[in-house]
Amino acid sequence: MITGEDVDHISWLASIRVAENEKDEFVDQFNTVLDYFHQLDELDTEDVEPTYRVVELVNVFREDEAKESLPQEESLRNAPKRENGYFKSPRIV
Amino acid sequence: MLRELKEEIASGSAEEVISALLERVKRSKLNAYNALAEESALARARKFDGSPWAGRMAGIPIAIKDSISTRGIETTCSSRILQGYIPPYDAHVIERLKAEGAIIIGKTNMDEFCMGTSTETSCFGPTRNPWDTERVPGGSSGGSAAAVAAGEASCALGSDTGGSIRCPASFCGIVGMKPTYGLVSRYGLISYANSLEQIGPLASTVEDAALVLEVIAGHDPRDSTSAKTEGGYLDGLEDGVRGMVCGVPKEYFGEGVDDSVERSVWDAISVLEDLGASWREVSLPHTKYALAAYYIIAMSEASSNLARFDGLRYGLRVGTDKDWHTTFSEIRAAGFGPEVKRRILLGTYALSAGYYGRYYLKALKVRTLIKEDFQRAFQDVDVLVTPTMPFPAFRIGERIQDLLSLYMADVFTVPINLAGVPAISLPCGFAGGLPVGLQIVGDHFAEKTVFRASRAYEDATPHHAARPQEVI
Amino acid sequence: MEGEVIIGLEVHVQLNKLNSKLFCGCSTDYHDDDPNTHTCPVCLGLPGTLPVINKKAVEYAIRVALALNCVVQEETLFYRKNYYYPDLPKAFQITQYDYPLGLGGHILIKGEDGERVVRINRVHMEEDPGRLVHAGTIDRAKYTMVDYNRCGMALLEVVTEPDLRSPKEARAFLDKLRSILDYLDVFDGDLEGAMRVDSNLSLAGGDRAEVKNISGHKGVEKALNYEITRQKNVRRRGMKVVLETRHYDELRGVTVSMRTKEEAHDYRYFPEPDLVPMRIADWVPRVQEELPELPDAKRDRFRTQYGITDDHAKSLTSEIKVANFYERVAGKAPPKLAAVWVADVLKGELNYRDLSIENFHEDQMVEILKMLEREAITEKGAVEVVRQILDEGGSPAEIVKAMGLGKAEDDAVRVAVRAAVAECGPAVEDYRGGNEKAINFIVGQVMKKTRGRADPGEANRLVKEAIEEL
Ligand SMILES: [Mg+2]
Ligand SMILES: [Zn+2]
Repeated sequence: MITGEDVDHISWLASIRVAENEKDEFVDQFNTVLDYFHQLDELDTEDVEPTYRVVELVNVFREDEAKESLPQEESLRNAPKRENGYFKSPRIV
Repeated sequence: MLRELKEEIASGSAEEVISALLERVKRSKLNAYNALAEESALARARKFDGSPWAGRMAGIPIAIKDSISTRGIETTCSSRILQGYIPPYDAHVIERLKAEGAIIIGKTNMDEFCMGTSTETSCFGPTRNPWDTERVPGGSSGGSAAAVAAGEASCALGSDTGGSIRCPASFCGIVGMKPTYGLVSRYGLISYANSLEQIGPLASTVEDAALVLEVIAGHDPRDSTSAKTEGGYLDGLEDGVRGMVCGVPKEYFGEGVDDSVERSVWDAISVLEDLGASWREVSLPHTKYALAAYYIIAMSEASSNLARFDGLRYGLRVGTDKDWHTTFSEIRAAGFGPEVKRRILLGTYALSAGYYGRYYLKALKVRTLIKEDFQRAFQDVDVLVTPTMPFPAFRIGERIQDLLSLYMADVFTVPINLAGVPAISLPCGFAGGLPVGLQIVGDHFAEKTVFRASRAYEDATPHHAARPQEVI
Repeated sequence: MEGEVIIGLEVHVQLNKLNSKLFCGCSTDYHDDDPNTHTCPVCLGLPGTLPVINKKAVEYAIRVALALNCVVQEETLFYRKNYYYPDLPKAFQITQYDYPLGLGGHILIKGEDGERVVRINRVHMEEDPGRLVHAGTIDRAKYTMVDYNRCGMALLEVVTEPDLRSPKEARAFLDKLRSILDYLDVFDGDLEGAMRVDSNLSLAGGDRAEVKNISGHKGVEKALNYEITRQKNVRRRGMKVVLETRHYDELRGVTVSMRTKEEAHDYRYFPEPDLVPMRIADWVPRVQEELPELPDAKRDRFRTQYGITDDHAKSLTSEIKVANFYERVAGKAPPKLAAVWVADVLKGELNYRDLSIENFHEDQMVEILKMLEREAITEKGAVEVVRQILDEGGSPAEIVKAMGLGKAEDDAVRVAVRAAVAECGPAVEDYRGGNEKAINFIVGQVMKKTRGRADPGEANRLVKEAIEEL
């Protein structure tokens, strides 16, 4: 069972603020969905290998060649805040 | 149809065709488009008319799902968090389309970040089904499907993570193809669940879908999961189904499937039989676990893929800056809709310490079982024939409040993504005036077989020719 | 042992000799350029972009893993390490987790009491985050500026076991690591940010603190000494050292606690779905074969092949360029003499000037050694020549001539002797008359004429000879 505290923790990990008035609904919905997920517990998968990707490719590489980068103006064009060629971030602490 | 359109454009005027199309879109109340590339499309059309270029799609207008990066055209994934984002680069498929002469006319509406089955989670509001505007067009590529069905686009690209091309194709009565995982480069497709999704065509006919796939498929060194394949999807398209063995998976019929849908699909199987194919029942025993496995994998991957949207490099930046964590958390709270938040939060939980084994790893193991189901089936049959959706288009607002019932709608489409095999949805009749979709599934890289079966069925039936009345 | 210090290091090394970044084609040559000019959709993490692995980076990583005596794994894999920070444009770092490239190595360092084996836990590849520029200091800045030029550079993370016992040993480890990387030609340690160190430090019986963001091998001693003092003070005040991450502020020379909430790290590692596994077992034999002679082996060879002392051999092999320089010189001049002059003199003079060996040509050194050998120059003079070359340039012969550093040639002395004998008639007579001391005046004149460069004993002999010949 997921609790309000779990939601707080997940919200912190996911960096999405969850307001107090949203929390109860999330708790309910998450428990409903997780309950549904738990039907997988019926399956014995002890000896089953996980499938991370359906293509069975290995060793896909590129050569070490330098290509043109974007002009600074292009790199920054979509940035809501910038200064002197930098992206401007909120303070760290 | 594209073949005729290409001739019409070559002998007439691309500008006329495209401006008529744009006018039609502007009159429409379907809300199929998020953005029109009016200026650039018309400029390119005029250029074409001045000195036409060659190419398999020379002069042909195409609509692009808003999950695909288009240089210079706003690309939002129907999310507030990406509003105003103008990519500095084209997706691989866009480069291919342009290289073959196509003209991008706009970006189509979708469920926010592809998370939905109805196009109702878009921040721009829902797209309406052209057959009944009170109903959803399906999702998440609902804008692309509605536009093609309503004649607001001659063809379109969508992306399919768990049915997002086939579902709206089914609901809107058109053809939609999800290729084998790795056939089409994902470079430029904004990731929802990378290990599941592929870009594919939505079109009026099987031939049109095959043509568009021919153009966009092929190896791309920028996508490490991209396969090296040969193409040639238009070759042997009309060779028929004589001797072909169709598998009918028993788990895809019965409880939960509308009678009218089942009837249409069985009728389709009879048509294929009449054309010289045979059918046999097969079993995909792990089907009932596919939805849970799918949603765990998709949500987990999504929680990581969507972490980058923080308002620093692009996108929404709200409020006054506090410390970065608070600021980012508030931006993300304001920028994502409720379904996206739910999936990110649940995915975060599924990957978090102590739960990885129970959810993510478990789901990947179940994925192996599902993949093996398909491998076993394809030892005996050439294609699988199933309903695309268990029911026709539902009403706007009908399911959006009930999470599980919405998720359940994907029951026949998600196993295909888990297995990575190709599948098409094509019109196979009507139920209460609403289109019903037939799903034909092939083995890995057996696109040609899927197209051949589809074309044979299409040739023998009138359903693809039915069009909704213009919605104004 | 009371107060014993236990240090483990996580060293991030930039593979900055590659042409392009780890997952995109942006050039690695960004150090002198404006911010965000070596960025592209991939390393900016723009929506829809995908990484593709730089093959050479993997080869370099194998090279390093082998040189550190690690076992290179047959199959290796990239994971996503999920966390938020403004320097991380995708909000995850592509790194290695369960299947790192190399496991279980070791290197030798000069420890507090003799040679010491430092075990390497693992070597793995990852992408470098961007660079944050704080307006002020990290804990007081109003906002932070982000430059992604560095973002996506190929990094190797070398993780040691907690085998180091002092900040000095930590420094010795980094020096040795740097030397090996230098030999492997994968790394230019002089570039800013080329080597960055996180360290775990604890005093015996206490909790450890992680000190992050120590740049390079020079800062490590200072940062760790500060941290030891801090932990001792905490204990002295009867408090407990808490498990935490601290940030080294280089400017202020202190470590600062990062917020404790950040300790709730949960990186949610999972295999990167956009990349496929690397099966590299086949590469290893070739890379192993092409591995150059490494510092320890070269040091042993120098000792036996050139008959030089171990100290000289060690000094000459710490940098590959110096070792190669020495070998070229030792091929043309006496190796033992060369060892003294390269290791003791030249390296000292270079260090003093913060110059590298490229500022001196091997032929210049050979010429100096030849002059010393035929005693055409004194040792003091030779040091002057070295200095002059470094400060002003020029060839040894010219410098000796211009500065008058050569020992006087015999001919010059003989000329001076003949002249002195001719000029000093009365003294010659005195000497002939039996006054032995009269010769000193004549020798004095010779010394005057040669500006003191003649050998007085030799001059004395030559003057006597000249008088007898009269
Ligand atoms: Mg690291
Ligand atoms: Zn780049």
